[in-house]
Amino acid sequence: MSANPYLLQRARIDWIVQECGGPRPIRTYTLDPEDSTEHFAFEPGQCVQLSVLGEGESFVAIASGPEQDEPLQVTVMRVGLVTTALHELNIGDFVGLRGPYGNGFPVDRWRGKDLLLIGGGVGQAPLRSLLHHIEANRSEFGRVQVFYGARSPEAMIYREEFAAYEAHRDFDLYLSIDWKWGPDGPLDEDACEGWARVNLSNLRSTRIEQDQVRFTGFVPQIVQAVAPSPQSTIAVTCGPPAMIRRVVEGLEGLGFGPDQIYTTLERRMKCGIGLCGRCNLGPVFVCTEGPVFSYAQLQDLPEAFA
Amino acid sequence: MPARDNRRPAYISRSSLQTLLDRLVSAGYACLGPTAKDGAIQYQPINNLNQLPRGLRNDQEPGHYRLRQADDERLFAWNHGPQVLKPLCFAPQEVVWQERQTESGMSVKQSMPATKPTAVIGVRACDLAALKIQDQHFMRKDSTDPHYQARRDQLLLIGVDCAESAQTCFCASTGDGPALDGGFDIGLAELADGFLIWTASARGTPWIEELDQQPATDDQLAEMLQATENAAAGQSRHLPNEKKLTQLYQRLGHSRWLDLSKRCLSCGNCTSVCPTCFCYSYEHHTAITGDSAEVVRSWDSCFSATHSEMGSFQVRSGIDQRYRQWATHKLAGWQEQFGRSGCVGCGRCISWCPVGIDLTEEVQVILNEGSRDV
Repeated sequence: MSANPYLLQRARIDWIVQECGGPRPIRTYTLDPEDSTEHFAFEPGQCVQLSVLGEGESFVAIASGPEQDEPLQVTVMRVGLVTTALHELNIGDFVGLRGPYGNGFPVDRWRGKDLLLIGGGVGQAPLRSLLHHIEANRSEFGRVQVFYGARSPEAMIYREEFAAYEAHRDFDLYLSIDWKWGPDGPLDEDACEGWARVNLSNLRSTRIEQDQVRFTGFVPQIVQAVAPSPQSTIAVTCGPPAMIRRVVEGLEGLGFGPDQIYTTLERRMKCGIGLCGRCNLGPVFVCTEGPVFSYAQLQDLPEAFA
Repeated sequence: MPARDNRRPAYISRSSLQTLLDRLVSAGYACLGPTAKDGAIQYQPINNLNQLPRGLRNDQEPGHYRLRQADDERLFAWNHGPQVLKPLCFAPQEVVWQERQTESGMSVKQSMPATKPTAVIGVRACDLAALKIQDQHFMRKDSTDPHYQARRDQLLLIGVDCAESAQTCFCASTGDGPALDGGFDIGLAELADGFLIWTASARGTPWIEELDQQPATDDQLAEMLQATENAAAGQSRHLPNEKKLTQLYQRLGHSRWLDLSKRCLSCGNCTSVCPTCFCYSYEHHTAITGDSAEVVRSWDSCFSATHSEMGSFQVRSGIDQRYRQWATHKLAGWQEQFGRSGCVGCGRCISWCPVGIDLTEEVQVILNEGSRDV
């Protein structure tokens, strides 16, 4: 008999970072899996099932890079029962851990190519894992352009890390906040200080300066304004479904083929191992054949963009 | 005629079947057999053939199931009740693991089922075909469900040919019946007087070796073959072939799905009685003290509101979407996942649907070239 796939191990919470507050706070947890005497091996884009005693499980993307020297991290937004319970835990507490699950990004096929990483909100978590992998193997990839958008400056996650990228110019970085625009410009000029305005009514008139990193506008619009070339480029986007839809539309308009665009699908998984049937779409289970899919694959899957 | 075991079946009398049962019981087997219970055929522990539904027939129509007494001695002249094999391996509800608060944090204990050798008597070809698909799903090389496998390993399956079909049967069109065709240990064909018996696995062989057998006569063999041929010919329902079924994915916008949503109650009866449906959910059942919990797995249905639940919405909130998910996944999606459609033609979803929705009729309307798309 093969190993029990439901076997979960304990993981100690070694560190907690409060990424942002507000009604849906986001925290990043550093976990020490107890049974993994060796490194907890995974691929960027893979997920784990986290459980809190008596509360249930939550399927979350791994946010740390897969390299040996990185501790395992997950970024969790407080939205439901389990994630609320997770947010009540402290350093030194234990969670249950199963995984890693899912397919991960096909990074081996992306070596030598230029990459666009387009993230929004807490959806940046799997892209952070990918970004750390790229950072550790920088010479294997071409130009890397990173787009990340949050609702407001306060809602940005991984702020210190982005600030470091801004300073070191490891990647071409485009950070943005979705600001609510009034008829005469942003509603609060002070809050948007340092965030260049993108003219939403006429994207072509928006000039992106070479050293410009921070913008005001929605992620899909920033991507349009930058207008990256599809030449030998793979675009990976994770974030709210509405953002993904518009990013994909925009990329197609820029000439990206469906096999050059990748995203991750979210479903409420139970088993994580392709048995419970709950994440079924057409002939696939998202938890095993996904969560990473190319847009070419998604076009053939009913309800992929439900 | 599907290939049978190389050996010619032997004839045994009805009383010899009792001998087989006695031998199984004395060897420590839990014997499950068909009984008439609460108006339907249900598999219950048995130790005597007198407990079997002697002379009973089943009348099955859309939304209709009744047992009827006929004036003969046949023990297997009915087709099926709401279920047979699925709950024996894939338990409707079971504890998967237990969590407990300890001094040093939390402890986790895997929970495995207590199992014993179990013989099931009177299994039909459609249910064996369904079990084969469930085996494929739950006993994958990369992630085998240990609960399923622990139970499955204990099963000794005694199949029986269907000599008649219910009105809702369509196994001939899916290629899964009515004659036994693999997946069982001992095969039976019921004759007017006695049985033909043969073994189909090494596991089944020792059980019939010492029975009082006689070589089957040519007439008896002819009676056996004729019975399943008659049963197949008696089926009026059918599903289109598998290639045609894949076209369901080109019919996602068909108006019939909406029409179905006005009749379907989304009750999940069809998925409960379906011998291949495998969806499940699990929940933490927490002790009132809060320091321990059982993680309980239970059958789920793509017709339930929580099946496609996300943080703030359901992917399939409409009944049209749920029926479409069930039908397209089972009939088309499975072909890519399991190498065949997930329907074995047992017709239970038709009989046990409280509003009598007929899957075969719906599929034919939806695939009909001339029908209307929205």
